[in-house]
Amino acid sequence: MTDQATTSSAPMITMQGVNKWFGSFQVLTDINLSVRTGEKIVLCGPSGSGKSTLIRCINHLEPYQQGQIVVGGTRLIENAGIIDAIRREVGMVFQQFNLFPHLTVLENCVLAPMRSRGIARAEAEATARRLLDRVKILNQADKFPAQLSGGQQQRVAIARALCMEPKVMLFDEPTSALDPEMVKEVLDTMVGLAEDGMTMICVTHEMGFARQVADRVIFMASGAIVEEAAPQAFFSNPRHERTRKFLGEILPRH
Amino acid sequence: MNGSEFLFLLTGLKWTVFLSAIGFVCGSVSGLGIALARTSGIRPLEQATAGYIALFQGTPLLMQLFVVYYGLALVGLKLDAWLSVAIGFTLHASAFLGEIWRGSIEAVPKGQTEAAKALSLGYVSRMRDVILPQAIKISLPATIGFLVQLIKGTSLAAIVGFTELARAGTIISNQTFKPLLVFGVVGALYFLICWPLSLYGGRLERRLAAASR
Repeated sequence: MTDQATTSSAPMITMQGVNKWFGSFQVLTDINLSVRTGEKIVLCGPSGSGKSTLIRCINHLEPYQQGQIVVGGTRLIENAGIIDAIRREVGMVFQQFNLFPHLTVLENCVLAPMRSRGIARAEAEATARRLLDRVKILNQADKFPAQLSGGQQQRVAIARALCMEPKVMLFDEPTSALDPEMVKEVLDTMVGLAEDGMTMICVTHEMGFARQVADRVIFMASGAIVEEAAPQAFFSNPRHERTRKFLGEILPRH
Repeated sequence: MNGSEFLFLLTGLKWTVFLSAIGFVCGSVSGLGIALARTSGIRPLEQATAGYIALFQGTPLLMQLFVVYYGLALVGLKLDAWLSVAIGFTLHASAFLGEIWRGSIEAVPKGQTEAAKALSLGYVSRMRDVILPQAIKISLPATIGFLVQLIKGTSLAAIVGFTELARAGTIISNQTFKPLLVFGVVGALYFLICWPLSLYGGRLERRLAAASR
């Protein structure tokens, strides 16, 4: 089920003809993608298909060699000021959480707002506590990451990204490193975020999540976008052989 | 060996500690700069500091002290013995500490830098708030190990006429004709400083190993 009311027609992210190579190996081939404000995209595909690389290009964790990426009206170019400005608006959640282990949960959350946005500590802490409460982990605010379970750490990582009040959230296989019993708590948090109208691009193999919140599911293989469709069509009637094969491998038999 | 001779050794010990402290503190400051340059991603900076480190790791400390002491005099800079050995030890320590800390900075998982970048933290904040606190913790055992080496290395300053503990020992030994006793005491004094540091370093190392398990 998707909430069309939160989806406007203004593009939040556009990628046009993006090509990227690692040395002589092409990892992204002619990527064209437009994500509207409020839209939720699920990116899937076999490992090595370039889906993580694609979203890492959006906040310039990876450079790209050809094409154009525009985020929130700003064209992403090789300029430290522009890159920082885009990163302030784009939150990211990683497979391995990447919390800062020497800082408490609360310190993890206030660092970037204070350093990068220049927000005063009191205000940053108030925002952090509100968002930690939203991901249901406020009671752990003074603990260190190593004292938390994987699912709790990932929810902290989501709260930390939200503290920057981003316009877009990128999720890079957020549940892949979690024990099975912790996947749901993280997915529930992401569903909540989606229902609040956040623009999201999620690299995930959680197809239940895709059915529930995605406006579009995009299937990648060998660095190219092979197929994109609304979840209903994507799962019931995949057009390409590679998509069918992929879905056959990851979906439980009915 | 009478009381005044022992006091003379203690004066030498004072200079040993002082020289070690100067070398370590000044070497730390410039060593941090070298470690940052070495990991900067800027090719000329990385190559220049790599050459600097190779030079100081590949030559004997004694030769480095000679070059600074006589070399500076040759270009017209006639410095006090203690100042030129202080400069020598600072250069030496900065190269070794720079290399230890480069390794520690690179030992911090890449995901930490990526998370900091994704949060739009700039280079200064990324280093100061995220990477260096973790790198320093990783580097502590090796850093303390180097400090112990440095303290013992200050005995080489005797060669350019600087009266630290080892040279004070030579002087007293020549007066008393009891070299075994005098150098036994000198050795014990070095040991009393270095051994607790080594113990502390070993304890930190075990604690770090336990934390990363």
